[in-house]
Amino acid sequence: MLILNCPYCGVDAEETELAAGGEAHLKRFGPGSSDDDFHDYLFMRENPKGVHLERWRHSNGCGKWFHAARCTQTLEVFGTYPAQTTEPPQEIKDNIAAKRPGWAWREFS
Amino acid sequence: MSESISALNHASYDGIAKIEEIGLQGMITLRGDLSDKVLAKAVKDATGQKMPAQREALVNGDTGACWMSTDELLVLVPYAEVEAKLAAMTSALSGTHALAVNVSDARAVFRISGGNARVVLGKLSPVDLAPEAFQPGQIRRSRLAQVAGAFWMDDAETFRVVCFRSAADYVFKLLKVAAQPGSEVGIY
Repeated sequence: MLILNCPYCGVDAEETELAAGGEAHLKRFGPGSSDDDFHDYLFMRENPKGVHLERWRHSNGCGKWFHAARCTQTLEVFGTYPAQTTEPPQEIKDNIAAKRPGWAWREFS
Repeated sequence: MSESISALNHASYDGIAKIEEIGLQGMITLRGDLSDKVLAKAVKDATGQKMPAQREALVNGDTGACWMSTDELLVLVPYAEVEAKLAAMTSALSGTHALAVNVSDARAVFRISGGNARVVLGKLSPVDLAPEAFQPGQIRRSRLAQVAGAFWMDDAETFRVVCFRSAADYVFKLLKVAAQPGSEVGIY
């Protein structure tokens, strides 16, 4: 059972109260972008065994989208943070580094 | 004008806790910047309550203000006054980026009362309802089995539950099953 703390309403919400929203921090390539960039934006997703950054929605709650950093292998949660950001905050990166030294995920480490 | 009735028209059930559909309740969804003084004054004028803090429910009978999310409040007013209160609120907020909508007839309200009220709701919702964790004055938006719902406590043994009107029958049946005689769990 995955339990994530919603950064907006502050409750520890369990999985059935949440809706998964796929990978976090995608950069959109829309009209005018190259075919390769558009293809990668549409289809190429990380599928790590380990640290992963994801979007979640507190759908049976405050309804807000937020980000979560967790381990896909152990379900350990490193932290959650608001969605109004393009990269994980330093505090989250530090939390991950403390538990998974040398971690890297896309351009973040 | 036709007479308004609530979804289940005061249906009730007596089990290990008393379940009642409590009829019509005026409800206004208010969205905007909750730190805005104009918004706070509109809430104060409509309900007499201050702006609720995170997950706070400031409710007195059928009047009150509940925190729904970082930019949303549920404003409770008596059903008969909802149009007047909404008009006053809308005009008070005319210069502000905010939205107030009457949702009274889109919702159903239940009361769960009795010593086993926490048990009954705890069977349906993934929320820690232990007395240390959930108290009068708090509101929680969550789910009741398969539908969304919000609830707060009027006193130590009474919950008020709000759900969508279209799910009222489902929620009433859920609560009835959860309150069946002999189904006490004895954890709270």
